[in-house]
Amino acid sequence: MTQGLYEIIKNDALTSTVYKMVIKGDTSAITAPGQFVNLKLEGKFLRRPISICDYDDTSITLVYKVVGEGTEQMAEMKAGEVIDVLVGLGNGYSLDKCGEKPLFIGGGVGIPPLYNLCKKLIKAGKTCTVILGFNNADEIFLEDDFKALGANVIVTTVDGSYGTKGFVTDAMKDINYTYFFTCGPMPMFKAIESTAVTSGQYSFEERMGCGFGACMGCSCKTKYGNKRICKDGPVLEREEIIW
Amino acid sequence: MVNTKINLCGIEIDNPVIPASGTFGFGYEFAEIYDINCLGTFSFKGTTKDPRFGNPTPRIAECDSGMINAVGLQNPGVEKVISDELPKLKACFNKPVMANVSGFSVEDYAYTVEQLDSQDQIGWFEVNVSCPNVHGGGMSFGTSPEAAAEVTAAVRNVTDKPLFIKLSPNVTDIVAIAKACEAAGADGISMINTMLGMRIDLKTRRPVIANKMGGFSGPAIKPVALRMVYQVYEAVKIPIIGMGGIATAKDVIEMMLAGATAVQVGAQNLVDPFACRDIINDLPSVMKKYGIDDLTSIIGGAH
Repeated sequence: MTQGLYEIIKNDALTSTVYKMVIKGDTSAITAPGQFVNLKLEGKFLRRPISICDYDDTSITLVYKVVGEGTEQMAEMKAGEVIDVLVGLGNGYSLDKCGEKPLFIGGGVGIPPLYNLCKKLIKAGKTCTVILGFNNADEIFLEDDFKALGANVIVTTVDGSYGTKGFVTDAMKDINYTYFFTCGPMPMFKAIESTAVTSGQYSFEERMGCGFGACMGCSCKTKYGNKRICKDGPVLEREEIIW
Repeated sequence: MVNTKINLCGIEIDNPVIPASGTFGFGYEFAEIYDINCLGTFSFKGTTKDPRFGNPTPRIAECDSGMINAVGLQNPGVEKVISDELPKLKACFNKPVMANVSGFSVEDYAYTVEQLDSQDQIGWFEVNVSCPNVHGGGMSFGTSPEAAAEVTAAVRNVTDKPLFIKLSPNVTDIVAIAKACEAAGADGISMINTMLGMRIDLKTRRPVIANKMGGFSGPAIKPVALRMVYQVYEAVKIPIIGMGGIATAKDVIEMMLAGATAVQVGAQNLVDPFACRDIINDLPSVMKKYGIDDLTSIIGGAH
């Protein structure tokens, strides 16, 4: 974990509620895709944990949804502003168990942390299939980005206004995969848990205090003992999760 | 050269800055990001006789200038603290540590302190009679002078190490409770624990925290903490460790002027993991600015 001041390079709307912020600075503390950063916002006491969508040697891309006062404030920030960030938090996804045909399942704002993971596994020569679940066509983001990586992308919408009508699990049934990675809302996780035919990794969300393992604010019970979502997670393996 | 050294019940510490229990784990998480040997000491995660998972989540709610937590004393239990946590701490911290202990009966407290007493790493005990998060637990001891004195006496009986009792602010007369602890053999008072608070989610129309209520901490409670430390300082002869909203070197000096011999930093560690290191680094220049050569000289200086 490192703390630093990061300059906002851009902060653009991708949909009416989802934004893409790129910040510039040291990324050496990031050790795996699926990790997150914790942002200090003016006038807010606690930091805001936001998953890392993508990163390179000098920049971090955050794709976030406006859901409350903190993210509203983030959406107002402009290029050139400087933000205090803790970088390299959480365990992230582990890449070594996924076989040749990993499946990525993202629901809504759970999609971003899968992006850099998919990028890395495509680079490693894997055949990647990505299911992106939304409520409707207006909510869609990152579809073209995943396609540009070379992934086979399937979009599902609950109302059928784009792609496959239904839930991500409706699309899962027809796919041949060796492993899965997912991030999204709890109802989606439960549906995946009853549909998935392989091992996999789930990335969880929880209300956090510190984000780096000190306060025990985000603890959960697993088959391997108590874990902190912020430090021992947010990614848990399918085999250890107690539903 | 200014002098930041403080004598805390016979043990000299390099400075009066002490991370508060529950915000610093067993130290090694922070040792990954800076050398924690710069600290005066720190108070480790509240330890109980048996392992505890704590409360359901959400356990955290944000407030203006502070936060509410209802962690519920999650800890691995005293046996595992001794076998697993203290050796890990020893590898990264070479000073005496403050052992924070909680319990749900007088016997629990005495048992846990007795188990920990033989550990050389432990310099002081800090007995939490005030945690507001556990149903029917710590709260009741800290809200009555008699019960607080009973715990103090029981723990006093099993350790010769300096013994601090950590008091709850959720009482009508904290002075009476502090005096009762002093009379029962406490070597010092730690104060204040968190204040009972609540947040409500406008969308769900329910309390944000699963436990409904939790402990409010952060800069918002500093004036309450200062007032209570000031009052207790006038009523007892034993040293006070002051805490509640400490975030800067100026806050440390303000709390010491109110009557604290040392100071704990809690919620600020969670938003700024380097807070204690930075406060310690800032102390000498802030002392110079206010004409302070020796920190010990300002204890209770506002009286």
